Amino acid sequence: MNLALAADGFLALLILGLAIWTIAAHATYGAVVGFVAYGLLVALVWVRLSAVDVALTEAALGTGLTGMLLLGAAARLPREVVAPRSGRGLRLLFQMAVGVLCAGIAAGLAAIVLLLPEPTPTLAPQVAANLPTTGLGNPVTGVLLGFRAIDTLLEAVVLVLALIGLWSLAPDDAWGGRPAALRPRQPGSALVLLAQLLPPLGILVGIHLFWTGANHPGGAFQGGAVLAAMWVITLVAGLTKPPRVDQRWLRIVLVVGPALFLVIGLVGIWLAGAFLAYPEGYAKPLILVIEAALTLSIAAALGLLLAGPPEPVEPLGGQP
Amino acid sequence: MTFTTLFGLCGAGLVGLGLYGLICHPSVLRKILAFNVLGGGVFLLLGVIARRGGGVVLGADPGSDPVPQAIIITALVVAFAATVLAVALLLRLAGATGQATLDAEPSWRPSSPEKDL
Repeated sequence: MNLALAADGFLALLILGLAIWTIAAHATYGAVVGFVAYGLLVALVWVRLSAVDVALTEAALGTGLTGMLLLGAAARLPREVVAPRSGRGLRLLFQMAVGVLCAGIAAGLAAIVLLLPEPTPTLAPQVAANLPTTGLGNPVTGVLLGFRAIDTLLEAVVLVLALIGLWSLAPDDAWGGRPAALRPRQPGSALVLLAQLLPPLGILVGIHLFWTGANHPGGAFQGGAVLAAMWVITLVAGLTKPPRVDQRWLRIVLVVGPALFLVIGLVGIWLAGAFLAYPEGYAKPLILVIEAALTLSIAAALGLLLAGPPEPVEPLGGQP
Repeated sequence: MTFTTLFGLCGAGLVGLGLYGLICHPSVLRKILAFNVLGGGVFLLLGVIARRGGGVVLGADPGSDPVPQAIIITALVVAFAATVLAVALLLRLAGATGQATLDAEPSWRPSSPEKDL
């Protein structure tokens, strides 16, 4: 037990050290690399906290896709010129004041952690009592698609909204173009080989994560993130091209998950007496259908979010 | 000290570090990074509370309260969407103005006679 605590302490120190590096490193690129390592270690902490569903999401989405996005941004941004500024003394004073403030907030939160009430309030018994009505074996999926389905519906809508926001940032003449943030510059042969070997396995893993999510850790978001990653790796290697943003099939794929979820939720008003309630005995098949559509929409939305806003169409076939 | 307390303290530290970076760093991309560290700390605190609450699964592993877990998964997805939007705004800002900071004073200002304090 003490050995386990020592290992946990080492893990916590490593995470704090990497977080300090992420904040304090000179080069932005190095800071992003530190952030990715930090995220992977946090995923280990989630396993230690018996939250495997969260660990999968953290590793695939919070670390993998976010890290990819930030690395891309770091490479595209102009190099920062650290010009000598006036008022350096004032700046130092400001930083010290903020440091004291932030240390105070951290200390306050630490005090709360040390003084948490015993026994801890929990909703686990209620979930355990009601889980059989959904027919699911994974309580987290039960909460996500059963008891708190409205959160998940809105979350799926947020992804579509974020994509609308991202596409709105495109210049006028770029509308209808292809997203270009992931356009390959000179893909090395190793990357192309990886992009050919990994996706067949990765697609299987993604579908498995979605399918197994009913009874074991996994689910639509984890599976969708893995599928999106497989799509993105073929984009980066130049094996596939991102679709034009004005295509109808693309929009249908993007909204089919949230739309189906909403329709089944509305039908629940008639058949089960409440919005997003499932008729008795049909909960599990309905949840699986919703999750399948959600996985598809989430994978498409995440991939397109990484691919960036559309950029002007090439001269041939472009608008004048 | 139990391991949940340990990771709770780690989460509190992450919140402080992320907040510091968010306020103090001049570069916007570093602010976005710091914001993600701050969020990670908050999620960790919530995860610690979930673990203390205990889970549904009976057996050797006491498990973790599934309701906060579901909230954290939702939060991770929303944080990703927000990060994407922030990065896109930043890239547009850099494309339009050539700078990637929010400092009021332009970085191209010619060296002025006043000395650093």
